Amino acid sequence: MTLLGEFCLWLALLLSAWAAVLGFSGRWQDRPDLTASVRGAVFATFGALAVAALALWKGLASHDFNIEYVAAYTSRNLPDGYIISALWAGQKGSLLFWAVVLSLFGALAQLLTPRRYGALMPYVAAVTSAVVAFFVCTMVFAANPFERMAFTPADGRGLNPQLQNPGMMIHPPMLYLGYISITIPFAFAIAALLSRSLDTGWIHAIRKWTLVSWLFLSIGITLGMWWAYVELGWGGYWAWDPVENASLLPWLTMTAFLHSVMIQEKRGMLKRWNLGLIVGTFLLSIFGTFITRSGVIASVHSFTQSNVGYFFLAFLVVCGILSFTLLYTRWSSLKAEVQLESVVSREAAFLFNNLLLVGVAFSVLWGTLFPILSELVRGSKITVGPPFFNRVNIPIGLLLLALTGIGPLIAWRKASTANLKRQFIGPVAAGVVTAVALLAAGVRGLYPVMALSLAGFVAGTIGQEFYRGVRARRRMHGESAPVAFGRLVARNRRRYGGYLVHAGVLIYFVAFSGMAFKREIEATLKPGDSATLTSPFGHTYTFTHVGVSQFEALNRVVSAATVQVAKDGKPEGLMTSEKRQHVDSFRRPTFEPSTEVGIRSNLQEDVYITYAGSVGGTEEAVYRLTINPLVWWVWFGGFVLAFGGLVTMWPGGGAVIPVARAAAARPSLAEAGALTE
Amino acid sequence: MSDCSRRSFIGRLGAVALLPLQQAQGPLAGEGEVGTLRDPGAAGRARAPTEIADYDERIKVIEQRLACSCGCTLDVFTCRTTDFTCTYSPQLHREVVELDRAGKTAQEILDAFVAKYGEKALMAPKPEGFNLWGYLLPGSAILVAGGALVAVLSRRRVAVADAMAVGVGPSPSITSVPVTGPHAADATPEEMERLRRALAEVED
Repeated sequence: MTLLGEFCLWLALLLSAWAAVLGFSGRWQDRPDLTASVRGAVFATFGALAVAALALWKGLASHDFNIEYVAAYTSRNLPDGYIISALWAGQKGSLLFWAVVLSLFGALAQLLTPRRYGALMPYVAAVTSAVVAFFVCTMVFAANPFERMAFTPADGRGLNPQLQNPGMMIHPPMLYLGYISITIPFAFAIAALLSRSLDTGWIHAIRKWTLVSWLFLSIGITLGMWWAYVELGWGGYWAWDPVENASLLPWLTMTAFLHSVMIQEKRGMLKRWNLGLIVGTFLLSIFGTFITRSGVIASVHSFTQSNVGYFFLAFLVVCGILSFTLLYTRWSSLKAEVQLESVVSREAAFLFNNLLLVGVAFSVLWGTLFPILSELVRGSKITVGPPFFNRVNIPIGLLLLALTGIGPLIAWRKASTANLKRQFIGPVAAGVVTAVALLAAGVRGLYPVMALSLAGFVAGTIGQEFYRGVRARRRMHGESAPVAFGRLVARNRRRYGGYLVHAGVLIYFVAFSGMAFKREIEATLKPGDSATLTSPFGHTYTFTHVGVSQFEALNRVVSAATVQVAKDGKPEGLMTSEKRQHVDSFRRPTFEPSTEVGIRSNLQEDVYITYAGSVGGTEEAVYRLTINPLVWWVWFGGFVLAFGGLVTMWPGGGAVIPVARAAAARPSLAEAGALTE
Repeated sequence: MSDCSRRSFIGRLGAVALLPLQQAQGPLAGEGEVGTLRDPGAAGRARAPTEIADYDERIKVIEQRLACSCGCTLDVFTCRTTDFTCTYSPQLHREVVELDRAGKTAQEILDAFVAKYGEKALMAPKPEGFNLWGYLLPGSAILVAGGALVAVLSRRRVAVADAMAVGVGPSPSITSVPVTGPHAADATPEEMERLRRALAEVED
């Protein structure tokens, strides 16, 4: 199978190179005879890479430890689910996974794109194939997943214990799907530039793809936070690690694009900016891959340092130069069709929103690269950790949260004073009431109070938008409130799905602010000893150490420390945290013992216990006991965000309308006492 | 073999088969008030009993500003309370505690770490010299870009207003339709009918 796999890699390299060269040259010279085979080559590339992936999976499943990758990431006693996820657990396998998914997306783009965009498709095929060719090239020349060893070990090393978590079966693929699918909008953008089809056609063609990318990135980032929280054991979910930052960067620019593209669709403005954002998002996805795989910046998430990083750096530079040169040559053809008329308008709010989103992206990128810059300039190493990022980004993030509430309240084109007054009074009141309530409840701390008050304001905006929409439908169509609500969302999926996304963001901010009130202690307990901890919500938790038990499981020796938990004197049950010593099939230790935390979650707070170790090899256990407020809401916020994204991208639900029509519609809505956009 | 002996044989066979499980899941091999673990090595590195300094809020705040040198990218406090295999963070913690006991202030402890390990010992660089750029550039860039945006938009607004005053709208196709409530009063019945049709079509 490895021979077949390796053969397929070479075949995929030839096919993708063929599709790239003929796609570019055939479409450039307008020769259908040359482009005729491109589509077939795209499908064949996917076929070849799918066979290669299956061959590697076969090697993993059959424990062919002569393959270096199989020996490095699996063992005979590794549970079956992790045999599957081992495909993307290491550098080489994840490159193959990336290439096969990218080739699948390339083929789907050819299959699913309506015929009216046919003129763009050879270029789209060429760009996607060129990127596939790069990934396959990297594998073939620098990171071959089918590389064999001179000997065959009796068992493999097994999978890193921190990767033996159900989250790791979903989180990396989701993130990869997000990263990878960005290539398709990028390919359409390049195709539009090359073919000078610079109207809004290409924007419509990529709408679903951009939403798919954004959705996968959102889910992947949230799952990553969940994985960090349940697996890494430090009681948090975001540490501003360079690899975490790398996933946030394209998400931020893609979010900016999803807002600014509405201005191009409705008003024919921001064409250059939108193209720049798509190109920038693609480059940031490659940059993230470079950071993860090069070892240039220290990160707990990084793959082993290898020369693969140089490939990505070179690719990044080449793509950047070519893309921006192309954009420059088409600059004059990308003039806006109309001019913005007022600073107080929805368009201007979107512009400021874009400014802040791109500003946060720049800030995160700046912080991520700053250690390198500082070392270059000053010659001494520095560390740039969470205190830096929090200091720089929290104020910008709060501004962004405010704009999330402000944007939807301002009318397109130009808002009148009366309009602003009518729109803002409710949400501002909601924000002020929240602030007063928080201060009255004794909540202190500038940032948490600001975040929660702004959350109140944004919630007021979202609630008002839904309320007015439902009220309008009820008056105009005589529908009941639930029916009006359902139809309002169903017929305006993009708009109200967008509000759901805003609601998700708002829930995120509220949940994040909860971590400012985290409580924790460390305690050494003998069986029967207790420790108490009071939560920010005023509950007193008592932890009574029951004991430490040791037992063997499939691929590990487990030391489980158990506490009896009581909340305000009432028993809540047992909680267990474990130390796991992973072993191979010969019971030989494979990694350092890892820690599994115990978590009990409710809407207010999480009780989070960590077994740090035992004193002198006895049952006397050292525990880290933590109360993390509002963590459940982080995952719920992620769910609402993803659900809103799905609503937005669900087929049907009304087309995007140019602002002239929307504006034309407004007087009659006003007559009905309805919403103002 | 009689029924009885067969039953006994099967029973013994079952017991033998279950033996590893019983051994694996049996009670601890410890005795007395505090039992000993059967395999202490599997429970990670042996720990010393917690001292007050281990969870002292003041020490914690200091350690959260100091980077662990094991390459984990975490601060000393987080690393020593998370990665229980790290040998660096417990040592750095001891150094912080010793300096604290010697009567040093938080800033003096941080300065002592910088003097000993270099500036990389801090989780965030001091906002001075070139590193001040690290803190200021993102916010300044946003402020400058925002200010420029407002200036450009304000200038354009004047230009658009001037153009409209002489009857040359920025986009006739768009400006030919009234926009906000007060303008609706100027609409003809035909226009209003068209608007209603548009509303029925777009539901918005």
